[in-house]
Amino acid sequence: MIAIVDYRAGNLTSVARALQSLKVPCVVTDRADELLRADRVIFPGVGAAGEAMRNLRGSGLDACIRKIAESGKPLLGICLGTQVIFEYSEEDSRTSCLGIIPGGVKRFPEGLKEKGDPLKVPHMGWNRVQFRGNHPLFEGIPGNAEFYFVHSYYPAPSNGSDIVGETEYGIRFASAVSRRNLVAVQFHPEKSGRYGLRILDNFSRWDGNYAQ
Amino acid sequence: MLSKRIIPCLDVRDGKLTKGVKFKGNIDIGDPVDVARSYYEQGADEIVFYDITASSEGRDIMIDVVKRVAETIFIPFSVGGGIRTLEDMRSVILAGAEKVSVNSGAVENPKIISDGAVAFGCQCVVLGMDVKKVGKSAKIPSGYEIVIQGGRKYMGIDALWWAREAENLGAGEICLNSIDADGTREGYELELTHLIATNVRIPVIASGGAGRKEDLLDVLTTAKADAALIASIVHYGTYTIAELKEYLSGNDVKVREIW
Repeated sequence: MIAIVDYRAGNLTSVARALQSLKVPCVVTDRADELLRADRVIFPGVGAAGEAMRNLRGSGLDACIRKIAESGKPLLGICLGTQVIFEYSEEDSRTSCLGIIPGGVKRFPEGLKEKGDPLKVPHMGWNRVQFRGNHPLFEGIPGNAEFYFVHSYYPAPSNGSDIVGETEYGIRFASAVSRRNLVAVQFHPEKSGRYGLRILDNFSRWDGNYAQ
Repeated sequence: MLSKRIIPCLDVRDGKLTKGVKFKGNIDIGDPVDVARSYYEQGADEIVFYDITASSEGRDIMIDVVKRVAETIFIPFSVGGGIRTLEDMRSVILAGAEKVSVNSGAVENPKIISDGAVAFGCQCVVLGMDVKKVGKSAKIPSGYEIVIQGGRKYMGIDALWWAREAENLGAGEICLNSIDADGTREGYELELTHLIATNVRIPVIASGGAGRKEDLLDVLTTAKADAALIASIVHYGTYTIAELKEYLSGNDVKVREIW
């Protein structure tokens, strides 16, 4: 059973629907005991970091997520869930976050350009991810596959060894990070067609081991 | 590097497509869920549903369509048409749409943009703009005016001003429809698209006028649109989405090539 963390950060049913299409049993829950009992946990979310951290602290789920990260249980962060796994986010006049992976989350700078054209923020749409290090989550994904992104802030891990995927958008940023049983992506696998579903399917079978 | 998006638009009335969609082999399909699945499998980057239902019973049918689409396709999709309140937005998003498009509802009550952005996030709120070329004047300095009711009612609002205002209010994206080009199949309104796309910092989807594959190339390069909305060009089987993408890719436009 995969438990999807419900902390009132946007509509979480899309991840559940994607898992249902793969016939993977899942439950959307805000209960710590249910999350701790699950075989695997997905920590999704859209919205702003400040509000997300307030909800996590208010419900005590912040401690629960840290516990799961330490437990060895496979844990997948998606989008905002990925961002709040870092130590801080520049969003909402610097939000202190969960600190599970060293580093921060930064705003795309003004004036980014590609081929001479100014880039829009949010980074919205399909982009490639250059995967590094053969993480089991990305098994069977071709190099030219693309994933759906929508975000204005990007992960900036302190340690390059935590990066398992990178994406170009005016700058090169970490679009997938991993540490032991935790793997976290900035894009939305549940909205990235067949290859996104493949990542969720891989997660449903991953044992949480990854040797960097 | 971000890909330019190709987005088929489906008009729905009372839960059925208003015009059948013909795929190769000329089979006419009227169920929006089946057609959405087919475009998903053919490589659409996103899908737009436009609900032209007038009755409230029809609205409930649309919510059911949205739910079934959300169980079937795993790419983003948006729903627009008749969205006037935060509750309208909520019901569409809870049914499974990523984005909700507000058009005349936002012209009449711009606060719905900011309320929607606060409640669901900017990325959920698309401003749909219907625009007509009217010539520059003191009141309409860009020469493009906002219209509603399919172009019958002029609102006295400058299109460029409105696009910037919507961005400031928290819209995450603009779907820009030229009423002059819409349905002509003679190409997008490039001047209008360029004007808006280069003067806001949020993505702009160009809409109205696609008839040839060259039209997509023009709007995505010369006019700087971030995405192109298409309808009859694929509904009537003139091109498949894959053929359009192959052409664009061959002309140095970055598109998603595998799906």
